[in-house]
Amino acid sequence: MTVFFQQVVSGLAAGGVYGALALALVLIHRATGVINFAQGEMATFSTYILWTLTANHGVSYWPAFAVTMLVSFVGGIGIHQAVIRPVERGSQIRVVIVTIGLLLLLNGLMTFIWTGEIRAVDSPFPGGTLDVHGVVISYRDIGTIAVCLGAVVVLWAFFQFTKVGLALRAAAVNPAEARLVGIRVTWMLGLGWGLAAVLGATAGVLTAPSVFLDPNMMQTVLIYAFAAAVLGGIDSPIGAVVGGLILGVGLNLLGAYVDFVSELRLPAALLVILVVLLLRPAGLFGTPQVKKV
Amino acid sequence: MSRTTLRTLLVFVAFAVVVMVLPAFVNDFRAQQFSYVGIYLIALIGLDILTGYTGQISLGHGAFMAIGGYTTAILMIDHGVKDIATIPIAILVAGVAGVLFGFPAARLSGLYLALATFGIAVATPELIKRFEGFTGGGSGVNLFGTPELTASLTPVRLAGVELNFNNWLYYLAWTLALAGYVIAWLILRGRTGRAFRAVRDSETAAVSSGVSLTRMKVIAFGISAAYAGAAGAMFAIATTYVNPDTFPVALSIFLLVGVVVGGLGSLKGLVVGAVFIQFMPLWTQSISKKPGAPAVVYGVILILVVLALPGGASGLVSRVTQLVRRGQDFPKP
Repeated sequence: MTVFFQQVVSGLAAGGVYGALALALVLIHRATGVINFAQGEMATFSTYILWTLTANHGVSYWPAFAVTMLVSFVGGIGIHQAVIRPVERGSQIRVVIVTIGLLLLLNGLMTFIWTGEIRAVDSPFPGGTLDVHGVVISYRDIGTIAVCLGAVVVLWAFFQFTKVGLALRAAAVNPAEARLVGIRVTWMLGLGWGLAAVLGATAGVLTAPSVFLDPNMMQTVLIYAFAAAVLGGIDSPIGAVVGGLILGVGLNLLGAYVDFVSELRLPAALLVILVVLLLRPAGLFGTPQVKKV
Repeated sequence: MSRTTLRTLLVFVAFAVVVMVLPAFVNDFRAQQFSYVGIYLIALIGLDILTGYTGQISLGHGAFMAIGGYTTAILMIDHGVKDIATIPIAILVAGVAGVLFGFPAARLSGLYLALATFGIAVATPELIKRFEGFTGGGSGVNLFGTPELTASLTPVRLAGVELNFNNWLYYLAWTLALAGYVIAWLILRGRTGRAFRAVRDSETAAVSSGVSLTRMKVIAFGISAAYAGAAGAMFAIATTYVNPDTFPVALSIFLLVGVVVGGLGSLKGLVVGAVFIQFMPLWTQSISKKPGAPAVVYGVILILVVLALPGGASGLVSRVTQLVRRGQDFPKP
């Protein structure tokens, strides 16, 4: 039973990261109606900024973290303004292709600037462990889960209780009417991209200490985040986080107890995507789409 | 025969002649590079039928190429089948896989299809590694120097001409590519092609006109995957080796780049797309030797084409010819 709880705890930490990235995907889907295939590379890029600041320029962790988040936020807005806005109103395929272009561009840029060599990134949390009835929990895992849940709560409060959050929701739901009541829709959608970039950066920074940093670091995490977002419902922030946690714990348990799956975690995530899309496209928490014809 | 059909035919014949005499003018190494252009062209035609004509995006066509490539490799090594004989089987196997995937895929729209196919592209290398006994796992399958590989050890004689491996490869790839082009053209200009375009332009209108969405999407997936299977089989023969990394996610993405650069929904620009995929990394390396530079150029060009030139290369050509023709209409002073 101890082994079981051990797997659940480490699954929750991994799931928290999937949830954070899934939340970024959901944010962009709500703001722009697309799935951002470059979300993983954006997160990795942010992590590289943190690494450069701490390892090469001797900045201590938390100031570097703040700078990283700020740069990510501005970068997210910049990407939206520069390449997404011009194609936003066209067909979805065009937007998807642009985000694929961004994926290639950012991945190439990272390899170009920082080479493909793997880098060690510090964790913001202390290294010790906590022993709860034989289940060993590292402070790192606790920190990861706390940060992810904290991000969700902050984001939820932002959308629920602030005027900007309300404006952002309005812009996403009905751009035309939002514009009529004086909301600057373009900036609101840009804001959505900026927030998503910050969330992605958080996921990247939390992932890097346990897997080492390289330009492809977030590619598999992105697939899990896709699966988490689809499982929870692509338009539901709560769903993204719950989906991430379910997926993290589920994959961990499968890997520990079902021998066949241990090397097939990605295909298992893919199976989750396909099954959910076919049986319940709205996911666990999403609202079913009704199409007018 | 209408004038446009005649003109298309003439351009095609001229192009085919150029393709057939090209090896006489270029060295062996170039011939090999151009055979890869032919192989990519096969895959791009298939992807264009699905994404350009039927409007169903696929970010996972590398997976269908992998199915074709592994079919060829396994048949050659484990069953002693001659390489050319494996190609029809690879086409069939990949085509069936495409049809089978088409049924669930037909229910997914736009974004979700992009997601599912992307997942397949990512999962394929892992699946190949996992089923080691069948696929050779991470160490892959070597085809080089086997008697099943035509012209690999001794030159092959064809119509009185002696061809070494690279020239043989070139003619094999381009024969398939040109045949594939003609077949695609015949499919797309007829009833099936119209139904494909109807599904792409408006699903509601297509259904109202009696076009079955599921049927057309499944057919498009099947045809498209069959093309990818042919390209995958040729890819295995050309590289004389397959392993899980022969068909990475990047391959699927490059195919999408190629079809966008060539022009979605048009066959004539695809050669440009195929040339782009094959030669762009080489051109970039002549400017900057740093790793990562080709990916940057791929990304920038992909974004620029979508933003500024939605028709790709073929869109550019028709825009220019339109301008030229409009110029001719004006009376000369």
